Amino acid sequence: MDTGLVFFLIQVLNGVQLGLLLFLVASGLTLIFGIMGIINLAHGSFYMLGAYLAFSLAELCGSFWLSLLIAVPLTVLIGLALEAALFRLLYTRDHLYQVLLTYGLILVFEELRSLIFGDDVHGVAVPGFLEASIPLTDTLSYPVYRLFMSAVCLAIAGGLALLIRRTRLGMTIRAGAVNREMVQSLGIDIGLVYRFVFALGVALAAFAGMIAAPVASVFPGMGNQILIVSFVVVVIGGIGSIKGAFLGALLIGLADTFGQVYAPAIAGMTVYVLMAAVLLWRPAGLFGRAGS
Amino acid sequence: MTRRFRLGPWLLALAALALLAFPAVAGKFYQQLFSTIMIMAIFAMSLNLLVGGAGLVSLGHAAFFGLGAYALLLLSPAYAAASLWLSLPAAVALAAAAALAIGLLVLRSSGVYFIMATLAFAQMFFYYVTGAKWLGGSDGAYIYVKPDAALFGLTPFRLADTRDFYYVTLALMAATYLLLHVLRYAPFGRVLRGIRANEQRMRALGFATFRYKLAGFVIAGALAGLAGYLDAAQFGFVNPDLFGWRQSGIVLMMVILGGMNALPGPILGAFALVLLQDFLADATRHWLLPMGLFIILAVLALPQGLSGLALRLGAFARGEARGA
Repeated sequence: MDTGLVFFLIQVLNGVQLGLLLFLVASGLTLIFGIMGIINLAHGSFYMLGAYLAFSLAELCGSFWLSLLIAVPLTVLIGLALEAALFRLLYTRDHLYQVLLTYGLILVFEELRSLIFGDDVHGVAVPGFLEASIPLTDTLSYPVYRLFMSAVCLAIAGGLALLIRRTRLGMTIRAGAVNREMVQSLGIDIGLVYRFVFALGVALAAFAGMIAAPVASVFPGMGNQILIVSFVVVVIGGIGSIKGAFLGALLIGLADTFGQVYAPAIAGMTVYVLMAAVLLWRPAGLFGRAGS
Repeated sequence: MTRRFRLGPWLLALAALALLAFPAVAGKFYQQLFSTIMIMAIFAMSLNLLVGGAGLVSLGHAAFFGLGAYALLLLSPAYAAASLWLSLPAAVALAAAAALAIGLLVLRSSGVYFIMATLAFAQMFFYYVTGAKWLGGSDGAYIYVKPDAALFGLTPFRLADTRDFYYVTLALMAATYLLLHVLRYAPFGRVLRGIRANEQRMRALGFATFRYKLAGFVIAGALAGLAGYLDAAQFGFVNPDLFGWRQSGIVLMMVILGGMNALPGPILGAFALVLLQDFLADATRHWLLPMGLFIILAVLALPQGLSGLALRLGAFARGEARGA
């Protein structure tokens, strides 16, 4: 095959993989906002938390898979604890205070990370049997692990869609997003639903950090980097829309990847230019309801 | 009944006198620290025009601060001084123009979209400047000579002099305060507050709310540019962090902590936060940890900010006076 075409296809795969990873973070952000009405700046910190857990647990127990198995329930517990201690107090407060409290939370997470792990960049080894690369031409190949990441993210996205659309729990979640009081008066414990959604969002972001660690490495500030891009995804897709988050994430993943390759001088800006264009065209995002 | 005693104006006059007399009793270090605080106070007041004035929570206000600072870098010749009288208006105009362009886009959204969109635009500047070699890239750049205030052969003050710089900053902070005071009680400010309370109703009353919000956004951007310019002039150094989300977050914290419903609130917030930051940074390298905890506690404990606390204390004092 022609090298130029293969190179192009590799970029498409990379863009889709980045997009799917972004989806895991952005879907939690959009769910937590759409259902609980909370804007959570500390969502990126959960991504960072996942990556550092994967890094330290992999060092401790020697197996990437075992560390995943331990880390996911751990992040769910951390999410539940934070919900009980802080976020529960924010449900009725103005967005302004949500922004500030979660901003304070970012500072705390960043400094704790600095105290516990230091400020160095760490690598995480790609687990054994996924280390291989698929040769495409004489000079180009594609790593199996990236394909694996995309497949896992796709499976999770599918599961999430099924959960929200086809299950009783999903129905309750959707109803809670529309009218909280009504759901409560029908005898459903909305607090329980909130707790579940928050823990789910935290687990998704942390899991994204874990599986991204072998590719992207583990470094200070990684959480904020992904947080801001996830904001762009949510703004493009429309707040509260899982479908919007999915399409927005793919769009941003591809735009960012192709920007890096074909226009490196302005690569940092491509996603924001895209966002500006969408805001001009549809101020409430692609799938957002106006006035929300 | 008895004439109502108003504590506010007296406290304000007292504070102004104290700031005027401050260089007589304080050394260079504290004069510089206070100049920094007053620059942040201008920045915070400009943001409060949006947050407290119109209910627009911007998490990207640092974009205009950074633009003002980088404008001075661009207008300063390599090893000579820029003219203050040319570069300062140019910096403010640049920030205002950027605010107009960005405002046209972000003001189409509201609520959480607005928060996220403003953050993303500031981040766009951050990434552009980080990658721009001609602006010094991620390392930043130095401005070796402070702007020159010479006008028609006269030099009324020298910015290189710590005390002169202090008084220039104080004068500009006072001017910003007065401007915002006038705006707040002018029809313009009342319309903005009407928008904050209920935009739909204001529109139904026939106000072109978008234009009012845009005008507010541009004025706020211009004043933030002024603060950024002063920051670059004071430190002689600019870097991409001036555009960063941490800068936007800190200034929002100053507004909330100080209290957004009172005009002097952001000034109070700037003093409290910069002094706290200075104190914590002296005590530990990991000062952001106690700072973050402080912010979390402040949000939970002080819904009206420091000025709300002052108002409550004032009401308490009045109650005491009446009881006596």
